[in-house]
Amino acid sequence: MKLEINNAHIVDPANQLNKVTNLYVNNQTIAAVDKSPEDWHADEVIDAKGCYLFPGLVDIATRLREPGHEHKATIASETYAAISGGITSVACLPDTDPTIDTPAEVELIQQRAQSAGHCNVYVIGALTTNLEGNMLSEMAALKQAGVVGVSNVLHPMANNLVQRRAMEYASSQNLTLFYHPMDHDLAANGCVHEGMFATRAGLAGIPTAAETAAVGSCLAMIEQTGIRVHFCRLSTQRALQMLERAKFDGAPISADVCAHQLFLSDHDIIGFDSNYHVIPPLRSHTDIAGLRHRLSSDIIVSVCSDHQPHERDAKLAPFASTEAGISALETLLPLAMQLVKDEVISLVNMISLMTHMPADLLNIKAGTLTPGHNADLCLYNPNIEWRLTPENMHSRGKNTPFLNRTFKGKVTHTFVSGKLVYQSQYD
Amino acid sequence: MNIDVDKLLSSLTQQTRTLFSSLDVTQPLMVGIRTGGIWIAEHLHQTLSLTKPLGVLDISFYRDDFSRLGLNPEVKPSSIPLDITDEHIILVDDVLHTGRTIRAAMNELFDYGRPASVTLVVLIDRNGRELPIDAKVVGKKIDLDPQQHVKLSGPKPLKLEIITSNIDTNND
Amino acid sequence: MQHFLTTESLSKDQLTNILDTAESFINIDGRTVKKVPLLRGKTIVNLFFEASTRTRSTFELAAKRLSADILNMNINASATVKGESLLDTLRNLEAMDVDMFIVRHQDSGAAEFLSRHISPQISIINAGDGRHAHPTQAMLDMYTIRKEKGAFENLKIAIVGDLLHSRVARSQIHALRSLGAKEIRVVAPRTLLPARIDGLGVKVFHQIETGLKDVDVVIMLRLQKERMLGALLPSEHEYFYLFGLTQERLALAADDAIVMHPGPINRGVEISSEVADGNQSVILDQVSYGIAVRMAIMSMLAGNPS
Repeated sequence: MKLEINNAHIVDPANQLNKVTNLYVNNQTIAAVDKSPEDWHADEVIDAKGCYLFPGLVDIATRLREPGHEHKATIASETYAAISGGITSVACLPDTDPTIDTPAEVELIQQRAQSAGHCNVYVIGALTTNLEGNMLSEMAALKQAGVVGVSNVLHPMANNLVQRRAMEYASSQNLTLFYHPMDHDLAANGCVHEGMFATRAGLAGIPTAAETAAVGSCLAMIEQTGIRVHFCRLSTQRALQMLERAKFDGAPISADVCAHQLFLSDHDIIGFDSNYHVIPPLRSHTDIAGLRHRLSSDIIVSVCSDHQPHERDAKLAPFASTEAGISALETLLPLAMQLVKDEVISLVNMISLMTHMPADLLNIKAGTLTPGHNADLCLYNPNIEWRLTPENMHSRGKNTPFLNRTFKGKVTHTFVSGKLVYQSQYD
Repeated sequence: MNIDVDKLLSSLTQQTRTLFSSLDVTQPLMVGIRTGGIWIAEHLHQTLSLTKPLGVLDISFYRDDFSRLGLNPEVKPSSIPLDITDEHIILVDDVLHTGRTIRAAMNELFDYGRPASVTLVVLIDRNGRELPIDAKVVGKKIDLDPQQHVKLSGPKPLKLEIITSNIDTNND
Repeated sequence: MQHFLTTESLSKDQLTNILDTAESFINIDGRTVKKVPLLRGKTIVNLFFEASTRTRSTFELAAKRLSADILNMNINASATVKGESLLDTLRNLEAMDVDMFIVRHQDSGAAEFLSRHISPQISIINAGDGRHAHPTQAMLDMYTIRKEKGAFENLKIAIVGDLLHSRVARSQIHALRSLGAKEIRVVAPRTLLPARIDGLGVKVFHQIETGLKDVDVVIMLRLQKERMLGALLPSEHEYFYLFGLTQERLALAADDAIVMHPGPINRGVEISSEVADGNQSVILDQVSYGIAVRMAIMSMLAGNPS
């Protein structure tokens, strides 16, 4: 099928493209950009005047809840939520039940993703068996099965020695280590940022040091071993500063931030609303400002969703007793575009952080509009005003503090491998 | 309508004195209901030279309109200085209207003990009774429209006013 | 006011209103019949997820003196975790036509959570949620201060002890600020102070000698034995050595300073017996004022014209 998209404002940072022009798709791949291919006769033409055309977005941190947590969500439901938000490639995390520590789970997810036929799903495998932090998982087998990296997510490692050895083994298998910096002893059983809000609310706090201590000790091991590590979901300005300095000194590191950490602080938590319960916790205004300020620095390679859909009951209890996490796929692009509107970051840099840069991190062929690559596309109309409600959310999880917030700008069409997999009702 | 309070008070004093002889009571226990009833009772207590100390009842906790109107924050303590068991109580109030205040006052009194008798003395008895309550000694009986209320202000000077209002302010 | 959850949101007028209303319940004690019929026919449930004999029984007594029917429910926390959810417990009780819940729970924000899911005709009184608030205790402390020392604008108050874990202290601080207290001090070792407590509007002291100087009211907080286990303190002995309220230390405060304690007191740990039983201590008065204050709060909620 020959598809032509005309008059779109195409933003493809990987190819330094930022102009209003046309895109040509032939069956599954991108045929050409700007100038039509020879002997071109379109079967279908979309006039995208006034709209943006981005490469399909790449989200490096999504919980798909299968296997084991199907009461919260499924691969089918969440991959649909992803494409409704213009996201065409997601990497899912290994904290499922059972955890993703053998090829069987990897294959299960890949099969289910394929049957659903929504977006591309990549898997990050468990660093240790059952994520218990003791024994190494069979990383060669996982690599063979196609994982794009390994992580122990937010589960503690037995000690730093095990952490070092796990890092070295992952590196020997050429697997990117996705490290979630959290000193579990310092964090204790905290559920909010340690600060004025925690004191006022009487909630146990997670100090900044819980993140920086873990960053510090990991940096020391990186210096010792030379191993490449990606630091996940930074929440503090201080941790970002430490990483920037280390990178300047040559450390092979990168980091990401999740979108809500750029908007919400602990002072936004009103009335013990459990929708604001996230780990790492919402930090202070200073942290938000610090993270926003350095968004374009070369240490940050992705702005992700950290999507964690929950069933209603998981959030229906006093704050500390609720499960942490936000259903975030559908607000990733809206929040990102808000950052552009607020002039925190340029459009090109923002799209970079959601397309080719995370794709490079995952080592996948995605996030660009290079001819010959799969036509994963996102058409975005910046003028449509809409409100996020539980009824119009596609994710099974309605747990987001952004409920009932109005956004201006919406994804109208999403294509995966040239096929229209999502079209919004606002068209 | 202009009502001469002083004239009524002397009438009350006389009638009450007669009441005592009919009851064959020499030393009754007089109890006034806050706020207007206390002013009347103080006057009577003095002019009749009663020896037993004057009792004071605040019926706020015994009202039947608590769920509708809520709690009055200006509740002052009731004070019954003697054991009321076997006493002849002279209950004094300024205006007898629906009878609910007296009902509340009697409920409260009986929480203190078991009197020998309770006799009601009021300055004004107006129409509009909602309960089977009657005063033995009445200064003046008057008839008013439903929107009209009679109010005693004081303590010095004591003055009676007829007020017309749309809101049901009085529930006595 | 449908619920009484925290002192934090209350204005000076609202707080004063509660104190004034409590005044009228004080002398009920002296009567032959200690009851008034205000809440007759109302059903009140003491819903306690955390064990407490003291607070529960004062609420029970307050309810009975208002002629209400009271039901005591002690719910084992672990049973709830494994079995019925907090919300289900609430719903089941609601179905029994209850008018008011008095809730104590180990999670901060529990009372507020329940208030968001409860029918509009039912009131909730927070009898303590996690480390967040204990507003009825704070109100009886305010009543005690006003009764014994008069206007708040003239008073320097010191709160001494484990503020990190204290919901009472937080509620007291909010109330004292709204009532216009001249100065509020917190006195504790570093390990027992929550982060950025100065943000609540208090002056921080790490030494009891400087902290007590010239204060008019000394509020002592209880030290729980578990604090040694969390590496917060080495021993009760050392705590008493550094922060115990002795007669000598009390002498540093104003001559007519009063000593308060929410109870139960640990003699020889946070306070010496001498001071606890001394003539500046109003600890026992707090207990009797507590019943009147709780009667006042229950009446104000029950009589809410809705």
